[in-house]
Amino acid sequence: MTPAIEFKKLNKSFQGVQANVDISFKVKKGSIHAIIGENGAGKSTAMKILYGTYPPDRGEIWIHGKLWGGRMKPWSSPLDAIRCGIGMVHQHFMLSAPHTALDNILLGVETSHPFFSFLPKPLRPISREHARAKLDRIADQYGLKVDWAAKVETLSVGIQQRIEILKLLYRDAEILILDEPTAVLTPQETSELFVQLKRLCQLGKTVIIITHKLKEVMSIADDVTVFRAGRVVSECNIAATSIEDLATLMVGRKVKLQAEAPPPPLTKESVLHVNGVSLSSRGGLKNLNFEVKSGEIVGISGVEGNGQAELLQILLHPRDYSAIMTGSVNILGKNTARLSTEQVKELGVGVIPDDRLRDGLLLDRPVQDNFLLGLQRRKPFSRNGILSYKQLSQEVTRAIEEYDIRPPLLEAQARGLSGGNQQKIVIAREFKYSPKFLIASQPTRGVDVGAIEFIHKRILRARQEGSGVLLISSELDEILALSDRILVMFDGKILAEFKRGEATEKALGLRMGGAPS
Amino acid sequence: MRLFKNLSQFIKPIISVLFGLGLGLLVTQIAGEDPWNVLGILVRGAFGSKYDFGMTLFYTTPLIFTGLSVAFAFHSGLFNIGAEGQLVMGALAVAAAGIHFQSLPSFVAPFLGILVAVIGGGIWGAIPGWLRARRGSHEVINTIMLNFIAAGLASWVTLYLLKNPDSQNPETAAVAPQYLIGQFSFFEGAPVSMALFLALAAVGVVWFILWKTVLGFEIRAVGQNEAAARAAGIDAAKMRMIAMAIAGALAGMVGIGEVLGNADRFRVNFSPGYGFTGIAVALLARNRPFAIIASALLFGALHKGATDLDLETENVTRDLALILQALVILSVSADGIWGWLGERSRVRNKKQWVNSSLKSEIGESQN
Repeated sequence: MTPAIEFKKLNKSFQGVQANVDISFKVKKGSIHAIIGENGAGKSTAMKILYGTYPPDRGEIWIHGKLWGGRMKPWSSPLDAIRCGIGMVHQHFMLSAPHTALDNILLGVETSHPFFSFLPKPLRPISREHARAKLDRIADQYGLKVDWAAKVETLSVGIQQRIEILKLLYRDAEILILDEPTAVLTPQETSELFVQLKRLCQLGKTVIIITHKLKEVMSIADDVTVFRAGRVVSECNIAATSIEDLATLMVGRKVKLQAEAPPPPLTKESVLHVNGVSLSSRGGLKNLNFEVKSGEIVGISGVEGNGQAELLQILLHPRDYSAIMTGSVNILGKNTARLSTEQVKELGVGVIPDDRLRDGLLLDRPVQDNFLLGLQRRKPFSRNGILSYKQLSQEVTRAIEEYDIRPPLLEAQARGLSGGNQQKIVIAREFKYSPKFLIASQPTRGVDVGAIEFIHKRILRARQEGSGVLLISSELDEILALSDRILVMFDGKILAEFKRGEATEKALGLRMGGAPS
Repeated sequence: MRLFKNLSQFIKPIISVLFGLGLGLLVTQIAGEDPWNVLGILVRGAFGSKYDFGMTLFYTTPLIFTGLSVAFAFHSGLFNIGAEGQLVMGALAVAAAGIHFQSLPSFVAPFLGILVAVIGGGIWGAIPGWLRARRGSHEVINTIMLNFIAAGLASWVTLYLLKNPDSQNPETAAVAPQYLIGQFSFFEGAPVSMALFLALAAVGVVWFILWKTVLGFEIRAVGQNEAAARAAGIDAAKMRMIAMAIAGALAGMVGIGEVLGNADRFRVNFSPGYGFTGIAVALLARNRPFAIIASALLFGALHKGATDLDLETENVTRDLALILQALVILSVSADGIWGWLGERSRVRNKKQWVNSSLKSEIGESQN
């Protein structure tokens, strides 16, 4: 049988950096094919070439036995890809929030009554009935139910993703590429998605998922291709491999997937005490009560957008929120109501923000400036308001070595570093003065497996040294592996509390979705 | 590699400036002038004699101050269009001090002048800074508004409080003589004063503040990424206020050269738009303090050189300086052009590759 897609010796380089070297692999028709690899391994480059975003330097892609693009007619655009039956669901959905589900699907391929064909295309009235009939048929066939008339902004992330998939099916896509499809889903939504993807395959569609979650690869994919450093290092059937093997292939060395938490140390001072906190605006937080003690990791689990961001804000910027907040927050024994951010941090608080690009880094500045951010008033980095670059470069050189930041250059712009290395800068900086209270919000988002292992180790080490850690994460594996206690947050409330070992993924997932106990 | 990068950083703006000037001179061709002749007049007008060069330096001095002012605010992420108003307030404050404290000893007086110029401009800069930081109103609007308010206020103060009784001109009385700072006789009467050295010193001070102090680091952090700066415990609002106050103070120092080094009084409308040209100066220098010296000199020379065009040509006037300024800025800001040129050469290489592979394929099929 001809494969749905065949990559033949694909090469692509950007400004001398080889992103893809002799990429060759096949995707079977009607299968679910996983593509895994660390950040920068070249998997998205290969997919973008397939999707027509840019042409390869050399090599060919054959689709259903036909040469895609052809050598003389170079790859031109995603539009051609769609015409060839290739569709992509991007990690960040491409939907217009105020429009209905139906209109989002029709966007770009609107149909109108033949009567109006004398008008120029943008002026023709849209006829939705015809499209709707076709869509109902597709939805029935694949079991993808959506309320067509609902506005996208009112729909859950899982449904939005379904709309993205329907968009592709409506355009008669035969090959669907999904980029990190489960990053924003609850476990329940994930398993629902997997059922739907399996059904798509049974009905003859080909699905490619790009992911770094090995557990999901094992549970859904038929075949898997592993990328490392721009090359395909393995192509195999899922039955013939294991999570450990895949992880080793991806990283190039053995990795511990589950951080093993040693028993917690026996110090029991309260580092954070949140007492009846509510945030009136935006319905943010509702009567939060919890405590974090030193030598303890408390995990806040929940689907994003259920108050985690607001919680982080009131902890970090108490003075800005004092007017609209009720209740009290004590950090390291001090009521924070009147404290500025600087004063909060001076108490001994380290913060790993969830959006490091927005809240953690100066992207256009060199690594050393990013390391200095927040430490600039401390000795030895400055004396009497004058910066000491000599001390700084010594400290940063040391940190680069200790945290294995690559490239190991003080002057490298933060923007050019991979996600994992950017995160390491943030961590090196926040750990510089051994924080007594560490807030880690999505600390491993968008970083590769090797860096995840490293970050988890550092967080556990901080706990061993007596720090109290508040871990906010939507990754269940992370929460389960690291937390001594788990609080489930839903709709601004804490819905449930579990101790280490008591929680299962299923129970957590249910509570994250708001189910009563 | 590193040297090459720095070199190209240096050469690119020079090529852009030359391109902009060349384009402007071509415009004079359309107007019926000989571009080489116009260029000759410009160069002679700016550098032809000691006096001419002195006048160029005289125009350069305020442009260094206003260029620094705009650049400093820019490093905190704010666009200071208010340098014009700030320099008016600085100059007015100097004149008021010089008229009011007549009996100050001469070793204190110039320093008081400098101090009040800094304070006058600083306050005028701090107002929009405060409005932005605490009330969230946009500094571009507020600085423009404050330019008008400064102009109105200066006219009123000049005509009703500090009027020169012996003159029909809209100007204040003269400041006490011990305030005046020396002019250099070298320039044969051109009013180049110690203010030039003050401006050069200000360049060094601004560079030091921005790159060597905690304050500068925090200001630049806020300008780069306010959210990250705030998360790191930097009081972004306060930093912006400080940055605008310093920017205003720098613009206010224009008043020193004007009142104490040139006119010995405050004249309404003494500035031919130094504050606005300062935006261009900062833009051309990409907000780097030392580059501002060169950039200000270029615009100072254009301003001086163009004054002779009125007399020496038939078809173009001194307004050509504005056209040249605009074209220089346009060509310097067209930064994307370098990337585009690089892209073009890559595409050309690729076409060659396609052609050669096509040929080899044809060759193969013939075999």
